[in-house]
Amino acid sequence: MPDPIVVAEGLHKSFGNTHALRGLDLSVPRGTVCGVLGPNGAGKTTAVRILATLSDPDAGHARIAGYDVVRDAGKVRARIGLAGQYAAVDEKLTGRGNLRMFGRLSHLSRREAHRRADELLERFGLMDAADRQVAGYSGGMRRRLDLITSLILRPEVLFLDEPTTGLDPRSRGEIWDSVRELVAEGTTVLLTTQYLDEADQLADDIAVIDHGQVIATGTPDELKATIGDRLDVELEDPAALSTAATVLNALAGTEPTMTGADQLSVALSGGGFRLADIVRELDRAGVAAADVRLRRPTLDEVFLRLTDRKETVR
Amino acid sequence: MTALTPRLRWTFSDGLTLVGRELGRLRQEPGELVAALVFPAVMVVLFGYVFGSAIQVPGGGDYREYLMPGLFSMVTFSAVMAVMTRVATDASRGVMDRFRSMPMARLAVPFGQTGADSLIGLLMLAIMVGAGLLVGWQPHRGLLPTAGAFLLLMVLRYALSWVGVYVGLAVKNDQVADAMVPLFLPFTMLSNSFVPTDGMPGWLRFLADWNPVSALTAASRELFGNPGAPSGDVAWPLAHPVATVLLWSAALLVVFVPLSVRAYNRGGR
Ligand SMILES: Nc1ncnc2c1ncn2[C@@H]1O[C@H](COP(=O)(O)OP(=O)(O)OP(=O)(O)O)[C@@H](O)[C@H]1O
Ligand SMILES: [Mg+2]
Repeated sequence: MPDPIVVAEGLHKSFGNTHALRGLDLSVPRGTVCGVLGPNGAGKTTAVRILATLSDPDAGHARIAGYDVVRDAGKVRARIGLAGQYAAVDEKLTGRGNLRMFGRLSHLSRREAHRRADELLERFGLMDAADRQVAGYSGGMRRRLDLITSLILRPEVLFLDEPTTGLDPRSRGEIWDSVRELVAEGTTVLLTTQYLDEADQLADDIAVIDHGQVIATGTPDELKATIGDRLDVELEDPAALSTAATVLNALAGTEPTMTGADQLSVALSGGGFRLADIVRELDRAGVAAADVRLRRPTLDEVFLRLTDRKETVR
Repeated sequence: MTALTPRLRWTFSDGLTLVGRELGRLRQEPGELVAALVFPAVMVVLFGYVFGSAIQVPGGGDYREYLMPGLFSMVTFSAVMAVMTRVATDASRGVMDRFRSMPMARLAVPFGQTGADSLIGLLMLAIMVGAGLLVGWQPHRGLLPTAGAFLLLMVLRYALSWVGVYVGLAVKNDQVADAMVPLFLPFTMLSNSFVPTDGMPGWLRFLADWNPVSALTAASRELFGNPGAPSGDVAWPLAHPVATVLLWSAALLVVFVPLSVRAYNRGGR
């Protein structure tokens, strides 16, 4: 395994009585995408801010490319890019004006800053809007501008805090494409998100955090495997729903979720379930099933299970 | 050459980039410049001709001659609100965090903001002087005192812009900052800028006499040779207006430069 470029060890951070982080550990290998998942208030933004030198941990430490985020903050800043939860650009300037300004502030020469601005605008499809004021940009364009602003210095590590929240599917797809391109060039990306499909699409590894701690790590497939397959059952008659739920509960050992007026879904932890057995059990209880399917769980289901949001028949 | 030199150079050059940013914003929104031109015209007409017709200048003299130093003060004090709003907007939109996460000079942000405000202030003062000359105001005491008056206005403006940086960083929220802007009006009106303070009830007069706005207005009147010099038993700041303004400027800088720099460096930690 290659050297991790982002390392966090035992990070703690409190705001008054709120313990935002309680011993968070992370390790991201160079050139990979790490997806940080967690419910609202889990501590994602707090962790990103510490890694990006915007905030100091109360305890623990973190290193980017070997440099401590507190002691060598300047060295860290020269190697990272950050695109936060909001588009952090000057709305009153044009897109080009923003890139040139941030380029100059990144200590590029005037010529180099201008050249880099044009290059990024061209490459990420904002050239047509380059000379318009950002205030008139759509949400997706702003986010894209924010993203490319953090690319001016070709960062080794890019932090993306919920880069597509509030965007329509097309703009999300465009951001995803941009991220994939960057990763193909060797950039390491740490991405927080609320959208599980986003992590599924982009991340090599996932860290699920809750209450300021990592509660699970692994590839999307590994995480899906930890909670076993899912069983979806569609009934012929919705009236049989509660009987079917009882049968499935007895079989799986957990309560099924209602996924439609006549549909149930349940996690099957451990293997050894055969479709034929399940159908027979339902039959014996007098439940007529229109459809019975075994499938891999979605990341959403993994997430809900891990973060302990109880799923039950309503 | 010491190791400090490149850092100082970057502080200066990053500061200049941020000054350029403010000018770029003005270029993008010429409406703000138009508003900046309309505002003094409205004030001169409103006070000079509407209220002025009913106000008696102490010791005699033309009301518009009396008024202009008051409007210069008003423009000077608007620095607090203008800088506060700009800084709070940057803080709430994440622009401040972007600056902090970049390998740029740390001191450049507050110094750039205040430096940019001085340029904007100079422009606004020039416009206001133009408006004053149009309605018959002029300095009467020759080059040196006149230059001294403008210098004094700009020095206090610079000190006040640091108050704006600090308050902007403290409120962090552009909506709160916008809501605070109207406080500016009573603060500047409660002074000798538009009417003499001797007609005010005792406690109000006390506030007005010790308001730094009054000292600045009195100092400009003195240095420009405009009417309205207080006579008789006057409060200390109005008897020594130039010294008072210099003391205020020094005190504000001593307090708010370190506070603002610290607030910027610590922001959100
Ligand atoms: N500056 C702050 N002051 C006080 N409390 C804070 C501050 N920043 C974060 N918190 C608290 O710390 C906890 C973690 O917040 P954080 O923003 O890291 O969560 P998050 O995982 O990013 O959530 P979201 O998905 O909503 O963005 C929350 O309870 C939050 O209220
Ligand atoms: Mg967050």
